[in-house]
Amino acid sequence: MTFPGAEAPARQHELDVDGVIIAVHEWGDEAADPLFLVHGGSDFGRTYDEFAPRLAAAGWRVITWDQRGHGDSGRAALYGWDADIRDAIGVMTHFTHRPAPVVGHSKGGALMIQLADAQPFRFSHLVNLDGLPSKRPMSDVSEHERGRMVASDLAGWLDHRRSTATATRKPGSLDELAARRARSNPRLAMDWLRYLVTVGAFESEDGWRWKLDPSMRFGGFGPWRPEWTAYRMPGLGMPFLGVIGTEQEPMGWGTVPDQIRPLIPVGGRLEVLEGVGHFVHIEQPAVVAGMVIDFLGGGR
Amino acid sequence: MSTTYLAHNQVQLALHQLQDGSGRPLLLLHGLGEASPTTVPDWIDWPGPVHALDFTGHGASTVPVGGGYSAEIILADADVALAHLGECTVVGRGFGAYIALMLAGARAAQVRGAVLCDGPGLWGGPSGPTSADFVVLAPSDGSAPDPYALHELSKDLRPADYAALFVRLAMEHSGLDEPLAVAGVVRPPWLEAVVREVGVVECSREDALARFAAL
Repeated sequence: MTFPGAEAPARQHELDVDGVIIAVHEWGDEAADPLFLVHGGSDFGRTYDEFAPRLAAAGWRVITWDQRGHGDSGRAALYGWDADIRDAIGVMTHFTHRPAPVVGHSKGGALMIQLADAQPFRFSHLVNLDGLPSKRPMSDVSEHERGRMVASDLAGWLDHRRSTATATRKPGSLDELAARRARSNPRLAMDWLRYLVTVGAFESEDGWRWKLDPSMRFGGFGPWRPEWTAYRMPGLGMPFLGVIGTEQEPMGWGTVPDQIRPLIPVGGRLEVLEGVGHFVHIEQPAVVAGMVIDFLGGGR
Repeated sequence: MSTTYLAHNQVQLALHQLQDGSGRPLLLLHGLGEASPTTVPDWIDWPGPVHALDFTGHGASTVPVGGGYSAEIILADADVALAHLGECTVVGRGFGAYIALMLAGARAAQVRGAVLCDGPGLWGGPSGPTSADFVVLAPSDGSAPDPYALHELSKDLRPADYAALFVRLAMEHSGLDEPLAVAGVVRPPWLEAVVREVGVVECSREDALARFAAL
Protein backbone atom coordinates (compact mmCIF):
# COMPACT_ATOMS: atom_id res chain seq x y z
CA MET A 1 0.00 0.00 0.00
CA THR A 2 1.19 3.51 -0.70
CA PHE A 3 0.29 6.94 0.62
CA PRO A 4 0.96 10.14 -1.31
CA GLY A 5 4.29 11.57 -0.18
CA ALA A 6 5.18 8.62 2.02
CA GLU A 7 8.44 6.83 1.28
CA ALA A 8 9.78 3.65 2.79
CA PRO A 9 13.18 4.14 4.43
CA ALA A 10 16.18 3.89 2.13
CA ARG A 11 17.97 1.69 4.64
CA GLN A 12 16.79 -0.41 7.57
CA HIS A 13 18.91 -2.32 10.02
CA GLU A 14 19.02 -3.60 13.55
CA LEU A 15 21.30 -2.58 16.38
CA ASP A 16 21.96 -4.54 19.55
CA VAL A 17 21.66 -1.86 22.19
CA ASP A 18 22.45 -3.18 25.63
CA GLY A 19 21.01 -6.55 24.69
CA VAL A 20 17.80 -5.14 23.19
CA ILE A 21 17.33 -5.26 19.41
CA ILE A 22 16.55 -1.78 18.11
CA ALA A 23 15.22 -1.37 14.56
CA VAL A 24 16.68 1.64 12.76
CA HIS A 25 15.24 3.37 9.68
CA GLU A 26 17.09 5.86 7.49
CA TRP A 27 16.29 8.23 4.65
CA GLY A 28 18.71 10.34 2.62
CA ASP A 29 22.35 10.23 1.64
CA GLU A 30 24.36 7.93 3.88
CA ALA A 31 27.29 10.34 3.72
CA ALA A 32 25.24 13.37 4.78
CA ASP A 33 25.15 14.84 8.29
CA PRO A 34 22.85 12.87 10.61
CA LEU A 35 19.57 14.19 11.93
CA PHE A 36 17.64 12.12 14.46
CA LEU A 37 13.87 11.74 14.72
CA VAL A 38 12.35 10.32 17.90
CA HIS A 39 8.79 8.97 17.88
CA GLY A 40 6.11 9.23 20.55
CA GLY A 41 4.51 6.64 22.78
CA SER A 42 2.70 3.77 21.03
CA ASP A 43 4.06 5.04 17.71
CA PHE A 44 7.02 3.72 15.73
CA GLY A 45 9.74 5.08 13.50
CA ARG A 46 7.81 4.70 10.28
CA THR A 47 5.16 7.14 11.41
CA TYR A 48 7.78 9.51 9.96
CA ASP A 49 7.43 8.00 6.47
CA GLU A 50 5.99 11.23 5.09
CA PHE A 51 7.89 13.73 7.22
CA ALA A 52 11.39 12.24 7.11
CA PRO A 53 11.79 12.25 3.29
CA ARG A 54 11.22 16.01 3.28
CA LEU A 55 14.18 16.51 5.62
CA ALA A 56 16.25 14.02 3.63
CA ALA A 57 15.47 15.98 0.47
CA ALA A 58 16.98 19.03 2.19
CA GLY A 59 20.26 17.14 2.48
CA TRP A 60 20.14 15.35 5.82
CA ARG A 61 20.79 11.71 6.65
CA VAL A 62 17.57 11.22 8.59
CA ILE A 63 17.72 8.47 11.20
CA THR A 64 14.94 7.18 13.41
CA TRP A 65 14.41 4.05 15.41
CA ASP A 66 11.63 2.04 16.97
CA GLN A 67 11.80 2.34 20.74
CA ARG A 68 12.00 -0.97 22.60
CA GLY A 69 8.71 -2.86 22.34
CA HIS A 70 7.55 -0.66 19.45
CA GLY A 71 7.49 -1.36 15.74
CA ASP A 72 10.19 -3.78 14.60
CA SER A 73 12.34 -3.48 17.73
CA GLY A 74 12.57 -6.32 20.18
CA ARG A 75 10.21 -6.75 23.05
CA ALA A 76 11.84 -6.27 26.42
CA ALA A 77 11.06 -7.64 29.83
CA LEU A 78 11.09 -4.11 31.23
CA TYR A 79 10.19 -0.69 29.88
CA GLY A 80 11.04 2.63 31.37
CA TRP A 81 11.86 6.24 30.70
CA ASP A 82 15.54 5.92 31.55
CA ALA A 83 15.80 2.73 29.49
CA ASP A 84 14.31 4.55 26.48
CA ILE A 85 16.88 7.31 26.93
CA ARG A 86 19.75 4.83 27.24
CA ASP A 87 18.52 3.15 24.05
CA ALA A 88 18.52 6.55 22.34
CA ILE A 89 22.10 7.13 23.46
CA GLY A 90 23.02 3.74 22.04
CA VAL A 91 21.55 4.56 18.64
CA MET A 92 22.92 8.10 18.48
CA THR A 93 26.38 6.98 19.51
CA HIS A 94 26.36 4.34 16.78
CA PHE A 95 26.05 7.05 14.13
CA THR A 96 27.98 9.99 15.49
CA HIS A 97 29.89 11.38 18.44
CA ARG A 98 29.35 14.92 17.25
CA PRO A 99 26.42 17.21 18.06
CA ALA A 100 23.48 16.60 15.74
CA PRO A 101 19.97 17.99 15.27
CA VAL A 102 17.31 16.03 17.10
CA VAL A 103 13.56 16.21 16.47
CA GLY A 104 11.24 14.53 18.95
CA HIS A 105 7.48 14.18 18.83
CA SER A 106 5.28 13.87 21.92
CA LYS A 107 6.91 11.45 24.38
CA GLY A 108 9.96 11.42 22.10
CA GLY A 109 10.18 15.19 22.53
CA ALA A 110 9.99 14.94 26.29
CA LEU A 111 12.62 12.19 26.34
CA MET A 112 14.95 14.41 24.34
CA ILE A 113 14.43 17.41 26.63
CA GLN A 114 15.68 15.22 29.46
CA LEU A 115 18.62 13.90 27.44
CA ALA A 116 19.48 17.40 26.21
CA ASP A 117 19.63 18.53 29.84
CA ALA A 118 21.78 15.57 30.89
CA GLN A 119 24.00 15.29 27.79
CA PRO A 120 23.86 18.60 25.88
CA PHE A 121 26.96 17.72 23.88
CA ARG A 122 24.88 15.39 21.72
CA PHE A 123 22.62 18.17 20.41
CA SER A 124 23.35 20.84 17.84
CA HIS A 125 19.65 21.77 17.72
CA LEU A 126 16.57 20.49 19.51
CA VAL A 127 13.11 20.47 17.96
CA ASN A 128 10.11 19.48 20.02
CA LEU A 129 6.88 18.61 18.18
CA ASP A 130 3.96 18.85 20.61
CA GLY A 131 5.90 17.14 23.36
CA LEU A 132 6.21 20.15 25.61
CA PRO A 133 5.24 19.42 29.18
CA SER A 134 2.04 20.59 30.75
CA LYS A 135 0.37 19.85 34.03
CA ARG A 136 -2.03 17.53 32.31
CA PRO A 137 -0.95 13.88 32.73
CA MET A 138 0.84 12.61 29.67
CA SER A 139 -1.57 10.35 27.87
CA ASP A 140 0.56 8.62 25.27
CA VAL A 141 3.17 6.91 27.37
CA SER A 142 3.22 3.62 29.18
CA GLU A 143 4.13 2.66 32.67
CA HIS A 144 7.21 4.88 33.02
CA GLU A 145 5.12 8.13 32.89
CA ARG A 146 3.73 8.49 36.31
CA GLY A 147 0.83 10.62 37.26
CA ARG A 148 -1.24 10.69 40.32
CA MET A 149 -3.59 7.79 40.40
CA VAL A 150 -6.75 6.69 42.02
CA ALA A 151 -7.27 3.24 43.47
CA SER A 152 -9.19 1.96 40.46
CA ASP A 153 -6.44 3.09 38.06
CA LEU A 154 -3.87 1.37 40.20
CA ALA A 155 -5.84 -1.87 40.43
CA GLY A 156 -6.54 -1.74 36.70
CA TRP A 157 -2.86 -1.34 35.91
CA LEU A 158 -1.89 -4.20 38.21
CA ASP A 159 -4.63 -6.39 36.71
CA HIS A 160 -3.11 -5.66 33.32
CA ARG A 161 0.38 -6.57 34.55
CA ARG A 162 -0.96 -9.91 35.82
CA SER A 163 -2.07 -10.69 32.27
CA THR A 164 1.09 -9.65 30.46
CA ALA A 165 2.68 -13.10 30.33
CA THR A 166 -0.02 -14.35 27.99
CA ALA A 167 -1.32 -11.13 26.44
CA THR A 168 -1.64 -10.83 22.67
CA ARG A 169 -2.92 -8.01 20.54
CA LYS A 170 -6.41 -8.33 19.17
CA PRO A 171 -6.42 -9.30 15.50
CA GLY A 172 -8.52 -7.56 12.89
CA SER A 173 -8.75 -6.62 9.29
CA LEU A 174 -6.59 -3.83 7.98
CA ASP A 175 -9.58 -1.50 8.09
CA GLU A 176 -10.43 -2.55 11.65
CA LEU A 177 -6.94 -1.77 12.90
CA ALA A 178 -7.03 1.58 11.14
CA ALA A 179 -10.41 2.32 12.71
CA ARG A 180 -9.07 1.39 16.16
CA ARG A 181 -6.14 3.72 15.72
CA ALA A 182 -8.49 6.46 14.61
CA ARG A 183 -9.90 6.51 18.13
CA SER A 184 -6.59 7.85 19.43
CA ASN A 185 -5.68 9.63 16.18
CA PRO A 186 -9.08 11.11 15.24
CA ARG A 187 -7.67 13.93 13.13
CA LEU A 188 -5.57 11.75 10.82
CA ALA A 189 -6.85 10.59 7.44
CA MET A 190 -8.09 7.02 7.22
CA ASP A 191 -5.89 6.41 4.20
CA TRP A 192 -2.87 7.38 6.31
CA LEU A 193 -3.99 5.11 9.16
CA ARG A 194 -4.45 2.22 6.73
CA TYR A 195 -0.95 2.89 5.44
CA LEU A 196 0.36 2.80 9.02
CA VAL A 197 -1.22 -0.62 9.51
CA THR A 198 0.85 -1.97 6.63
CA VAL A 199 4.11 -0.76 8.21
CA GLY A 200 3.27 -0.92 11.93
CA ALA A 201 1.32 -4.18 12.10
CA PHE A 202 1.89 -7.72 10.92
CA GLU A 203 -0.51 -10.10 9.23
CA SER A 204 -1.16 -13.67 10.31
CA GLU A 205 -3.81 -16.20 9.40
CA ASP A 206 -6.39 -14.62 11.69
CA GLY A 207 -5.71 -11.02 10.69
CA TRP A 208 -3.51 -8.02 11.39
CA ARG A 209 -2.04 -7.14 14.78
CA TRP A 210 -0.10 -4.03 15.80
CA LYS A 211 3.54 -4.88 16.50
CA LEU A 212 3.50 -2.90 19.76
CA ASP A 213 4.26 -5.18 22.71
CA PRO A 214 0.89 -6.07 24.29
CA SER A 215 2.43 -5.67 27.72
CA MET A 216 2.49 -1.90 27.07
CA ARG A 217 -0.62 0.17 27.50
CA PHE A 218 -1.76 3.69 28.21
CA GLY A 219 -1.91 4.90 31.73
CA GLY A 220 0.27 3.68 34.51
CA PHE A 221 1.10 5.60 37.60
CA GLY A 222 3.96 6.75 39.74
CA PRO A 223 5.57 9.72 41.40
CA TRP A 224 6.75 11.54 38.28
CA ARG A 225 5.04 14.87 37.56
CA PRO A 226 4.99 16.06 33.97
CA GLU A 227 5.89 19.59 34.93
CA TRP A 228 9.25 18.31 36.16
CA THR A 229 10.29 18.03 32.53
CA ALA A 230 9.50 21.71 32.23
CA TYR A 231 12.13 22.55 34.82
CA ARG A 232 14.78 21.25 32.41
CA MET A 233 13.77 23.48 29.52
CA PRO A 234 14.74 27.07 30.37
CA GLY A 235 18.40 26.20 30.83
CA LEU A 236 18.90 24.35 27.56
CA GLY A 237 21.75 25.93 25.67
CA MET A 238 21.31 24.58 22.15
CA PRO A 239 19.03 26.31 19.60
CA PHE A 240 15.48 25.27 20.44
CA LEU A 241 12.29 25.12 18.38
CA GLY A 242 8.96 24.03 19.82
CA VAL A 243 5.93 23.41 17.63
CA ILE A 244 2.50 22.87 19.14
CA GLY A 245 -1.01 22.63 17.72
CA THR A 246 -4.03 24.31 19.24
CA GLU A 247 -6.51 21.48 18.71
CA GLN A 248 -6.78 19.17 21.70
CA GLU A 249 -7.18 15.46 21.09
CA PRO A 250 -6.77 12.16 22.98
CA MET A 251 -3.03 11.75 22.51
CA GLY A 252 -2.21 15.40 23.12
CA TRP A 253 -0.90 16.83 26.32
CA GLY A 254 -3.04 19.92 26.60
CA THR A 255 -0.07 22.25 26.40
CA VAL A 256 -1.21 25.87 26.42
CA PRO A 257 1.03 28.41 24.63
CA ASP A 258 0.85 31.03 27.36
CA GLN A 259 1.87 28.45 29.98
CA ILE A 260 4.80 27.09 28.03
CA ARG A 261 6.22 30.35 26.59
CA PRO A 262 7.99 31.40 29.81
CA LEU A 263 9.79 28.05 29.82
CA ILE A 264 11.17 28.25 26.28
CA PRO A 265 14.98 28.54 26.47
CA VAL A 266 16.47 31.96 25.88
CA GLY A 267 16.66 32.55 22.14
CA GLY A 268 14.35 29.64 21.45
CA ARG A 269 11.23 29.74 19.31
CA LEU A 270 7.70 28.50 19.87
CA GLU A 271 5.50 28.04 16.82
CA VAL A 272 1.79 27.61 17.44
CA LEU A 273 -0.17 26.01 14.60
CA GLU A 274 -3.81 27.06 14.70
CA GLY A 275 -6.32 24.37 13.86
CA VAL A 276 -3.74 21.59 14.03
CA GLY A 277 -3.75 18.68 16.49
CA HIS A 278 -1.11 16.68 18.32
CA PHE A 279 0.49 15.11 15.24
CA VAL A 280 1.68 18.39 13.79
CA HIS A 281 4.19 16.74 11.45
CA ILE A 282 1.59 14.35 10.04
CA GLU A 283 -1.21 16.88 9.65
CA GLN A 284 1.07 19.55 8.20
CA PRO A 285 4.23 17.77 6.98
CA ALA A 286 5.25 20.44 4.50
CA VAL A 287 4.75 23.32 6.93
CA VAL A 288 6.52 21.63 9.82
CA ALA A 289 9.36 20.27 7.69
CA GLY A 290 9.80 23.79 6.31
CA MET A 291 10.00 25.18 9.84
CA VAL A 292 12.59 22.62 10.83
CA ILE A 293 14.72 23.17 7.73
CA ASP A 294 14.54 26.93 8.22
CA PHE A 295 15.45 26.52 11.89
CA LEU A 296 18.47 24.42 10.91
CA GLY A 297 19.63 27.15 8.59
CA GLY A 298 18.24 25.82 5.33
CA GLY A 299 19.22 22.80 3.27
CA ARG A 300 22.64 21.20 3.49
CA MET B 1 12.22 -25.04 50.73
CA SER B 2 10.21 -25.45 47.53
CA THR B 3 10.06 -22.98 44.69
CA THR B 4 7.26 -22.06 42.32
CA TYR B 5 7.84 -19.92 39.25
CA LEU B 6 5.26 -17.29 38.37
CA ALA B 7 5.18 -15.45 35.03
CA HIS B 8 5.21 -11.66 34.92
CA ASN B 9 5.55 -10.56 31.31
CA GLN B 10 8.82 -12.17 30.16
CA VAL B 11 10.09 -12.69 33.68
CA GLN B 12 9.84 -15.90 35.68
CA LEU B 13 9.51 -14.91 39.33
CA ALA B 14 10.79 -17.34 41.94
CA LEU B 15 8.40 -17.69 44.86
CA HIS B 16 9.90 -19.82 47.61
CA GLN B 17 7.91 -21.58 50.30
CA LEU B 18 9.93 -21.54 53.50
CA GLN B 19 7.34 -22.95 55.87
CA ASP B 20 4.27 -25.12 55.38
CA GLY B 21 1.04 -24.57 57.20
CA SER B 22 -2.53 -23.53 56.83
CA GLY B 23 -4.14 -20.17 57.21
CA ARG B 24 -3.10 -16.80 55.92
CA PRO B 25 0.35 -16.81 54.28
CA LEU B 26 3.17 -14.49 55.20
CA LEU B 27 5.01 -13.03 52.21
CA LEU B 28 8.60 -11.87 52.65
CA LEU B 29 10.03 -9.20 50.31
CA HIS B 30 13.80 -8.84 50.28
CA GLY B 31 15.96 -5.74 50.14
CA LEU B 32 17.70 -4.28 47.10
CA GLY B 33 20.49 -6.54 45.92
CA GLU B 34 19.41 -9.33 48.24
CA ALA B 35 17.60 -12.57 47.55
CA SER B 36 15.00 -14.44 49.54
CA PRO B 37 16.25 -16.27 52.63
CA THR B 38 16.37 -20.05 52.34
CA THR B 39 14.90 -20.59 55.78
CA VAL B 40 12.43 -18.65 57.89
CA PRO B 41 14.36 -15.90 59.71
CA ASP B 42 14.75 -16.57 63.44
CA TRP B 43 12.70 -13.58 64.51
CA ILE B 44 9.62 -14.64 62.55
CA ASP B 45 6.97 -16.56 64.48
CA TRP B 46 4.11 -17.07 62.06
CA PRO B 47 1.35 -19.66 62.45
CA GLY B 48 0.72 -20.19 58.73
CA PRO B 49 2.77 -20.77 55.59
CA VAL B 50 5.71 -18.49 54.90
CA HIS B 51 6.71 -17.56 51.35
CA ALA B 52 9.46 -15.32 49.99
CA LEU B 53 9.61 -13.67 46.56
CA ASP B 54 12.71 -12.96 44.50
CA PHE B 55 12.11 -9.71 42.63
CA THR B 56 12.92 -9.39 38.92
CA GLY B 57 16.68 -9.42 38.46
CA HIS B 58 17.25 -10.94 41.91
CA GLY B 59 17.78 -14.40 43.37
CA ALA B 60 16.40 -17.17 41.20
CA SER B 61 14.12 -14.89 39.16
CA THR B 62 14.90 -13.93 35.58
CA VAL B 63 17.64 -11.37 35.02
CA PRO B 64 16.44 -9.40 31.97
CA VAL B 65 18.66 -7.48 29.57
CA GLY B 66 18.69 -3.72 29.14
CA GLY B 67 17.24 -2.61 32.47
CA GLY B 68 14.06 -0.56 32.72
CA TYR B 69 13.34 -1.09 36.42
CA SER B 70 10.95 0.98 38.49
CA ALA B 71 9.46 0.47 41.91
CA GLU B 72 6.06 0.24 40.22
CA ILE B 73 7.17 -2.71 38.07
CA ILE B 74 8.51 -4.46 41.17
CA LEU B 75 5.20 -3.73 42.85
CA ALA B 76 3.63 -5.64 39.97
CA ASP B 77 6.04 -8.53 40.76
CA ALA B 78 4.72 -8.59 44.31
CA ASP B 79 1.17 -8.37 43.01
CA VAL B 80 1.71 -11.44 40.84
CA ALA B 81 2.77 -13.30 43.99
CA LEU B 82 -0.29 -11.95 45.81
CA ALA B 83 -2.52 -13.24 43.03
CA HIS B 84 -0.99 -16.69 43.52
CA LEU B 85 -1.15 -16.72 47.33
CA GLY B 86 -4.38 -14.87 47.96
CA GLU B 87 -4.89 -12.72 51.03
CA CYS B 88 -1.66 -12.46 53.00
CA THR B 89 0.44 -10.43 55.41
CA VAL B 90 3.61 -8.88 54.03
CA VAL B 91 7.03 -8.20 55.54
CA GLY B 92 9.46 -6.05 53.57
CA ARG B 93 13.13 -5.26 54.13
CA GLY B 94 14.61 -2.02 52.81
CA PHE B 95 13.49 -1.62 49.20
CA GLY B 96 11.08 -4.48 49.90
CA ALA B 97 9.56 -2.35 52.66
CA TYR B 98 8.76 0.35 50.10
CA ILE B 99 7.18 -2.32 47.89
CA ALA B 100 5.24 -3.69 50.85
CA LEU B 101 3.85 -0.22 51.49
CA MET B 102 2.79 0.15 47.87
CA LEU B 103 1.21 -3.30 47.81
CA ALA B 104 -0.68 -2.59 51.03
CA GLY B 105 -2.19 0.50 49.38
CA ALA B 106 -2.71 -0.90 45.91
CA ARG B 107 -4.29 -4.19 47.00
CA ALA B 108 -5.63 -3.08 50.34
CA ALA B 109 -8.35 -5.70 50.53
CA GLN B 110 -5.87 -8.55 50.07
CA VAL B 111 -3.04 -7.35 52.30
CA ARG B 112 -3.75 -7.99 55.96
CA GLY B 113 -1.01 -5.87 57.38
CA ALA B 114 2.43 -4.89 56.12
CA VAL B 115 5.58 -4.70 58.24
CA LEU B 116 8.24 -2.25 57.04
CA CYS B 117 11.74 -3.13 58.23
CA ASP B 118 15.21 -1.67 57.76
CA GLY B 119 17.30 -3.12 54.95
CA PRO B 120 19.17 -2.40 51.72
CA GLY B 121 17.49 0.07 49.41
CA LEU B 122 15.37 1.67 52.12
CA TRP B 123 16.34 5.21 51.20
CA GLY B 124 15.77 5.05 47.47
CA GLY B 125 16.48 8.03 45.27
CA PRO B 126 15.52 11.68 45.37
CA SER B 127 12.07 13.09 46.00
CA GLY B 128 12.07 15.29 42.90
CA PRO B 129 13.85 15.97 39.61
CA THR B 130 17.62 15.88 39.58
CA SER B 131 20.46 16.41 37.13
CA ALA B 132 21.20 12.70 37.14
CA ASP B 133 22.86 11.35 34.02
CA PHE B 134 21.96 8.21 32.11
CA VAL B 135 24.53 5.54 32.64
CA VAL B 136 24.93 2.64 30.24
CA LEU B 137 26.34 -0.23 32.26
CA ALA B 138 28.90 -2.68 31.00
CA PRO B 139 27.44 -5.99 29.84
CA SER B 140 26.97 -8.38 32.74
CA ASP B 141 27.22 -12.16 32.82
CA GLY B 142 23.49 -12.40 33.49
CA SER B 143 23.86 -13.41 37.09
CA ALA B 144 21.74 -11.95 39.87
CA PRO B 145 21.46 -9.35 41.12
CA ASP B 146 21.13 -7.42 37.89
CA PRO B 147 23.41 -4.34 37.96
CA TYR B 148 20.61 -2.34 36.32
CA ALA B 149 18.29 -3.28 39.19
CA LEU B 150 20.83 -1.98 41.68
CA HIS B 151 21.38 1.19 39.65
CA GLU B 152 17.81 2.07 38.73
CA LEU B 153 16.08 1.04 41.92
CA SER B 154 18.55 2.92 44.09
CA LYS B 155 17.61 6.21 42.37
CA ASP B 156 13.89 5.61 42.18
CA LEU B 157 11.91 8.77 42.89
CA ARG B 158 10.14 8.63 46.24
CA PRO B 159 8.28 11.87 46.98
CA ALA B 160 6.90 11.91 50.49
CA ASP B 161 3.35 12.68 49.38
CA TYR B 162 3.46 9.77 46.94
CA ALA B 163 4.42 7.36 49.73
CA ALA B 164 1.75 8.80 51.99
CA LEU B 165 -0.85 8.22 49.30
CA PHE B 166 -0.41 4.46 49.67
CA VAL B 167 -1.06 4.71 53.41
CA ARG B 168 -4.29 6.53 52.71
CA LEU B 169 -5.32 3.93 50.15
CA ALA B 170 -4.61 1.19 52.69
CA MET B 171 -6.60 3.02 55.32
CA GLU B 172 -9.50 3.61 53.00
CA HIS B 173 -9.78 0.14 51.50
CA SER B 174 -8.29 -2.42 53.94
CA GLY B 175 -10.89 -2.14 56.67
CA LEU B 176 -8.04 -2.23 59.21
CA ASP B 177 -7.47 0.49 61.78
CA GLU B 178 -3.71 0.15 61.49
CA PRO B 179 -2.78 -1.65 58.25
CA LEU B 180 0.90 -0.68 58.38
CA ALA B 181 3.64 -1.19 60.95
CA VAL B 182 7.00 0.52 60.72
CA ALA B 183 9.49 -1.62 62.57
CA GLY B 184 12.77 -0.15 61.41
CA VAL B 185 15.00 2.46 62.98
CA VAL B 186 15.91 4.47 59.89
CA ARG B 187 13.52 7.12 58.61
CA PRO B 188 14.22 8.38 55.09
CA PRO B 189 11.90 11.25 54.10
CA TRP B 190 9.32 8.99 52.45
CA LEU B 191 9.11 6.86 55.58
CA GLU B 192 8.94 9.92 57.81
CA ALA B 193 5.87 10.88 55.81
CA VAL B 194 4.44 7.40 56.20
CA VAL B 195 4.73 7.33 59.98
CA ARG B 196 3.00 10.71 60.18
CA GLU B 197 -0.12 9.24 58.60
CA VAL B 198 -3.06 7.88 60.52
CA GLY B 199 -3.10 4.10 60.48
CA VAL B 200 0.63 3.50 60.87
CA VAL B 201 1.97 1.99 64.06
CA GLU B 202 5.62 2.10 65.11
CA CYS B 203 6.64 -1.03 66.99
CA SER B 204 9.08 -3.92 66.92
CA ARG B 205 8.85 -6.32 64.00
CA GLU B 206 7.92 -9.13 66.38
CA ASP B 207 5.06 -7.10 67.85
CA ALA B 208 3.95 -6.13 64.37
CA LEU B 209 3.78 -9.73 63.24
CA ALA B 210 1.87 -10.75 66.37
CA ARG B 211 -0.58 -7.92 65.75
CA PHE B 212 -1.24 -8.96 62.16
CA ALA B 213 -1.30 -12.70 62.93
CA ALA B 214 -4.20 -12.03 65.27
CA LEU B 215 -6.33 -10.39 62.57
